[in-house]
Amino acid sequence: MDIKKIARMVSINSLKMIFHAESGHPGGVLSSIDIILFLFMKEMKYDSKDFLIKERDRFILSKGHCAPALYAVAAEVGIIEKSRLNGLRKLDHELQGHTHRGATPWVEASTGSLGQGFSFAIGEAKGLKMQNIDNRVYVMLGDGELQEGEVWEGAMFAGHHHLENLCAVIDYNKMQSDDLNENIMGLEPLSDKWKAFNWHVIEIDGHNFDEIGKAFDKATTIRNKPTVIIAHTIKGKGVSYMEGSPAWHGSLKLSTEDLTLALLELGATEEEINGYINE
Amino acid sequence: MSKAPVLLGSSGDSLREACGKELTKIAPDYPNVVVLDADIAGGTGMHHFRKTFPDRFIQCGIAEQNMMAMAGGLAATGLIPVVTTFAVFMLRSIEQARLSIGYADMNVKIVASHPGLDVGPDGASAQCLEDLACYRSIPNMVVLSPCDPLEIEQATKAILDYEGPVYMRTGRSDAQRILGEDYQFEIGKAKILKNGSDITIMGCGVTTGRALEAAKILEMDGISVRIVNMSTIKPIDSAMVIKCANETKGIITVEDHNILGGLGSAVAEVLVQHNPVPMEFVGVRDSFGESGEPNELAKKYGIDYKAIIKSVHQLLERI
Ligand SMILES: Cc1ncc(C[n+]2csc(CCOP(=O)(O)OP(=O)(O)O)c2C)c(N)n1
Ligand SMILES: [Mg+2]
Repeated sequence: MDIKKIARMVSINSLKMIFHAESGHPGGVLSSIDIILFLFMKEMKYDSKDFLIKERDRFILSKGHCAPALYAVAAEVGIIEKSRLNGLRKLDHELQGHTHRGATPWVEASTGSLGQGFSFAIGEAKGLKMQNIDNRVYVMLGDGELQEGEVWEGAMFAGHHHLENLCAVIDYNKMQSDDLNENIMGLEPLSDKWKAFNWHVIEIDGHNFDEIGKAFDKATTIRNKPTVIIAHTIKGKGVSYMEGSPAWHGSLKLSTEDLTLALLELGATEEEINGYINE
Repeated sequence: MSKAPVLLGSSGDSLREACGKELTKIAPDYPNVVVLDADIAGGTGMHHFRKTFPDRFIQCGIAEQNMMAMAGGLAATGLIPVVTTFAVFMLRSIEQARLSIGYADMNVKIVASHPGLDVGPDGASAQCLEDLACYRSIPNMVVLSPCDPLEIEQATKAILDYEGPVYMRTGRSDAQRILGEDYQFEIGKAKILKNGSDITIMGCGVTTGRALEAAKILEMDGISVRIVNMSTIKPIDSAMVIKCANETKGIITVEDHNILGGLGSAVAEVLVQHNPVPMEFVGVRDSFGESGEPNELAKKYGIDYKAIIKSVHQLLERI
């Protein structure tokens, strides 16, 4: 099946999970799905049936509040069962509100405190390199997350240590919790910042699979430097009432009506939607 | 298009909302007060302040360590900074709080929303069960955890009147009014909410209400419990702890926090030096939480009213 269609299915599943959980962050989930899906479907080397072998490429969701995106992708590529998805955020269920390797060992890091997943990824990249293991580490950060000082401590370390096995992706959806980045604490000139920290920088449209693929291809050819892909994305991608409206980007509850409108736009039929609601 | 989303956190009479509203109400009388936020004012209750006093609201971005140490600098210019974010991110910036606020002894108020398992479905990464222990061990730091909207209102004013570093928990979930109109909060003073002669139960934050609930059921079984609201964890009200040790047969502490280092430890430190009556600790038993609703988590991790009742029976058996 076409990856675009699969991405829509993953978006539908993510929103369904947030609906049943009665809380979550739909905006940043929808902006990140295309890239996470591409990584797991096309880019990373791993065995979905034997996920924990040491010689695997690794992905860390440093913006851990977008866990539903990662869970829904994992279900799509066969790492977890789709039937588990609706247990998100429920007591005694393994799918924690923020990704946690203790509950779901296939999840690389425990995240949810912005900035830390990035450092964890740098530790993995350094560790693999020190042991001459030829695998790559991918890490996704939010743009608001870049305001954490820790990110720049890590950026300096990774540049200094020439971690070419590390590829960071910034989900540059221009918004954070309460407002646009530029109204909270502006990030620009963002590309220059990373360059100044000795990173190779690639800017792409984060919803264009062709550009996503080319960027990851390029990143694997870069020597002596980590790569950062600044992916311009849309927060709330695919759901018109969420796109461009800061109100929809914090932790919130989706009503039946919200879900229905969103899923219709993502291509689900009314019958399917009724089924999802009653799951 | 669609109407505004249901924001988790702006509704109800939660302690965070009550704190944000009260701070906004009294701010005209405290012109030096400024509020610092790290992109989360919608969740901490400080959106009320931001709306009414945009010029006194400092948006620090998602950068808690800089925010914390910067507050020390702001205080050095004569302002009274109120640092706000989730309790768990106050841990991220604790070394800044230790040095630039505690050690430098600056007049900064650290107001932490989202403490304990009360955070619920976000899961363990956001459920702070360690803050009372950590902040309590910083010299100069006053540590508070008021129990209901009335007390948080009074405490919000009291911390501004107090000169020096303060750490105060608010709370996420909808909070019940449990205190009477005549209640008067004072920093450093515990208050007896209900008298009793067999056992004393000491709570803070959301657990004080649960202790009162437990008391009702225990009374029906003929067990007379005294309920004490220990909203100041530091400096602990030693006189009250000793008085209860002398007047009842044992003490139980209840907290939405790890049993290591929090309210229970503070009370035990007093008891062992003065009158070591038997004691039980109700709190999270040195573990992390998980996703779930606050009431489900309270039950599973043994900090609901039933766990309190159970510990009273355990304590009575030991006496
Ligand atoms: C250290 C830390 N501070 C604050 C938060 C609360 N928080 C959760 S999501 C969020 C906004 C994140 O914005 P961004 O990184 O842009 O993520 P996205 O837009 O992709 O959702 C904030 C402030 C957090 N999780 N961690
Ligand atoms: Mg963003």
